[in-house]
Amino acid sequence: MTGKKQTILRTEHLKAFYLLEMHGTQKVVKAVNDVDLTIYENEIYGIAGESGCGKTTLMKALFNDFVPPLRLVSGKIYYRINWEEEVDVSKMSPEEVRQLRMEYISYIPQGSMSALNPVLKLKETYKDFVGSHLGDQSREEIFELAYKQILALGLPKNILDLYPHQLSGGMRQRVTIALASLLKPRIMIGDEPTTALDVVVQRGVIQMLRTIQENFKNTIILVTHDMGVHANIADRIGIMYAGKIVEEGTTEQIFRNPRHPYTQFLINSLPKFGDKDVRHSVPGSPPSLADIPAGCPFHPRCPHAMEICTQQMPGFSYPDENHKVACWLFGEGKHEQPA
Amino acid sequence: MKILGDLFRDYRFALSFIVLLIIVILALLSIFSPYDPTLWNVVPRDMRPSAEYWLGTDSNGQDIFWQATYAIRNSLIISLIAGFVSRVIAILVGMIAGYTGGATDRVLMFISDSLLVIPLFLIFVLLAMMVREHMNLVILGLMLSIFGWAWDARLIRSMILSLREREFTKTAILSGTGTLKLVWNEYMPFTMPLIFSTLINNIGFAIGLEITLAIIGLVDLMTPTLGTMLNWALFYQSTFLGRWWWVLTPVVLSLFLFIALYWQSVSISEYLDPRTRIQRVGA
Amino acid sequence: MNNLLEVNELSKQYSQGNVLARVTLTAVDRVTFYIKPAEIFTLAGESGCGKTTTAKVVIGFEEPTSGTILHNGKPQTPNEKVWITEGVQAIFQDPFSTFNPLRTVDRYFFETIQNLILAVSKQQAIDLIDQKLRLVGLTYQEFAGKYPNEFSGGQLQRISIARALLSNPTLLIADEPVSMVDASLRMSIVNLFKKLRDTLGVSILYITHDLATAYYVSDRIAIMFRGNIVEMGTVEQVLMNPRHPYSKLLRDSIPQADPSKRWTTTVTLSELEQEEYLRQGCKFAGRCPDVMEICKGVVPADLNVDGVLVKCHLYSEKKEV
Repeated sequence: MTGKKQTILRTEHLKAFYLLEMHGTQKVVKAVNDVDLTIYENEIYGIAGESGCGKTTLMKALFNDFVPPLRLVSGKIYYRINWEEEVDVSKMSPEEVRQLRMEYISYIPQGSMSALNPVLKLKETYKDFVGSHLGDQSREEIFELAYKQILALGLPKNILDLYPHQLSGGMRQRVTIALASLLKPRIMIGDEPTTALDVVVQRGVIQMLRTIQENFKNTIILVTHDMGVHANIADRIGIMYAGKIVEEGTTEQIFRNPRHPYTQFLINSLPKFGDKDVRHSVPGSPPSLADIPAGCPFHPRCPHAMEICTQQMPGFSYPDENHKVACWLFGEGKHEQPA
Repeated sequence: MKILGDLFRDYRFALSFIVLLIIVILALLSIFSPYDPTLWNVVPRDMRPSAEYWLGTDSNGQDIFWQATYAIRNSLIISLIAGFVSRVIAILVGMIAGYTGGATDRVLMFISDSLLVIPLFLIFVLLAMMVREHMNLVILGLMLSIFGWAWDARLIRSMILSLREREFTKTAILSGTGTLKLVWNEYMPFTMPLIFSTLINNIGFAIGLEITLAIIGLVDLMTPTLGTMLNWALFYQSTFLGRWWWVLTPVVLSLFLFIALYWQSVSISEYLDPRTRIQRVGA
Repeated sequence: MNNLLEVNELSKQYSQGNVLARVTLTAVDRVTFYIKPAEIFTLAGESGCGKTTTAKVVIGFEEPTSGTILHNGKPQTPNEKVWITEGVQAIFQDPFSTFNPLRTVDRYFFETIQNLILAVSKQQAIDLIDQKLRLVGLTYQEFAGKYPNEFSGGQLQRISIARALLSNPTLLIADEPVSMVDASLRMSIVNLFKKLRDTLGVSILYITHDLATAYYVSDRIAIMFRGNIVEMGTVEQVLMNPRHPYSKLLRDSIPQADPSKRWTTTVTLSELEQEEYLRQGCKFAGRCPDVMEICKGVVPADLNVDGVLVKCHLYSEKKEV
């Protein structure tokens, strides 16, 4: 076997929209608008973009969480379970899907510090979450497992006997992550796991995620708008804008040599510690996903916009190996992924 | 007008609106009644519905149709008074208790809780017996309003308590807005759906209560209301004697009224719910 | 020349619990600092350090347990409405809850103008609003009659600043103004603070846990930990050369947007927040990499190290040979 990694999750021309109807008016929110993602095993893949670019919806789609008004409009999602052939997610039964959650793929939602049941002690919450997956094992065995993990991840020893309100936000976030990783899932999806956390706690959370990935050699997909977090943890990064991936590459490539004008803005708008040079935010505001500009959605804010940018969305060009960008500055590119 | 347009899209609102409109028209028709409702024997008794007497006549010698128009009118007056007065009390108590807190809050909630716990109906019956000679529509309405405000006052108070902690309260304070204006301008839009839907519920409840009291005989039986009509119909054993037109008129009218009010309440409060309103606003 | 704001030995205590078991939490513990006119002063620290409580007391939303606050040399009286009497305004963390979602945003502007009598006619009011909006990069046209959910978070935050500027304040308290704004949009807000200081002479009390923007925009900074100021000085001194172990930890934990600057060491976070509050001695002793025996029992004094205030036993005379 060569050093090439296997894919563990793949999407093909994925389109997931919110179809809303309110008092006679219809709105279609194109949150995920033709996305091709290839995620490999044993990597940390970061998705970066401003609020309202569709990242959370993409995560829900990857987790196969299509609750109306969110609908899978077209495209496919493939999981590779048990190292066999890829399975088309839409063809699985609800029972199979339920079984996969937590064992194959787990999800840490945004604001998950509030996801813990406030009236149960943490060990009861653990039992609730895990009990349905480890039917044979007894309560004691579950607690053994949980306790070992808690210690290994650097959380206080007695934390399972506490209620959520006795912990700070950062602590709860780490418990939620510990819970999500308890059954050693092959994919963990985290939606803004470090937003609203203090900077030292954020470092602790990032540390925890790195430890988990190093120990299990699994895949973590991390969504955040904070490029500093991506720089510290991601192996590859995908930049998302208005429902589309506009650039993807290794962390080195993205930070050393960002190609897409939006990526360049994103990186240059962050304050560099120790540097008081004037910096500017990305100009303008991201478009509403219900009303996306024609052609390349970034053209209203792009300093290099050309005529063709207002008419057509470009495909992916490959300025470097494994580094793709969808921008007319690099030519028309290809609209489908190479094999 | 756009609001009405949006509301009419909901079939429940549209249907109940039409029903209520018909009922109100019937109530207004009472002005044109050719008979004085308090007199007896103005027409032949116990006649079946016919072209001349649309809903027949009752055992007191009254035309049921015109009697019913008076009945609807009076029932509506009583319950509207009850509904509005209890809203006003609920809003005042809820807002003052919620925003001021402290001792004022405790005293007001004590009064409100007592009204919830004490068996009001019995006290009411006693009161009604005492006041019976002087009973008229307005007094009955006011008495009924005592039933309605306690629960809603507490609901409004809880909303105010949580709204007080929101950041826009601070923004309003920093804008120099005084307490009363703040509570009115900032919190009313949130409490509106609650107030509106409970108003309509309350009207329905008051009608029901009035009917109950009338059947027991605790109101002035000479004044026609939906309840007193029913009382008289039962008194004269119209069901037993097969005079269905007499007993069914108030029953059917009340049913329509209740269902229409319920649908109005549900559709309006859904429309006014802050969560859906926020989605709609600026769309 | 008077300092714009002087806070002396400010303490704020809360008691929690019920009749049977009460715990007194000292949220702010004898905090002392000052702010000059046309200066950006940062209170930095993590959640639970007391910075927001300090801001609430300075703006008058809470009463201090002890200590004094002077605005332009005049002591703050209990329940004083300093936003009317002393020209102090504030903006808050969550731009979406700063305004009532069921009312148009311009209502707050008109109310401020009416209540503080800043204009005499509607046209004058509109002109004033337009002027302040242009300062933050917006115009009255694109603002009038709109609800909060029609704006983005960054825009709302700037609108919030415009509202605060209506009464020409001398001191603006900004409580975590960029924490809920995307990292890529923070610059626009923070650049605005610089502009306000330079062109209008407004002082800003900037409260944050983001040291990167704090370095970028402030003149002076105080680092707070569990109610105490542990280090205070100019931003160059404190952030480029931190002396207190906690300041060093904070600075090192800023995620740099540069993959070659990844963290190589790890942090331990196994103590619960409440345990740290109730420590005797130095509150940081539980996590301090340079902890000594004396730290666990004795609260360190405020020491002057090269013009920087440092609250740490490492710098006491006994240690310096």
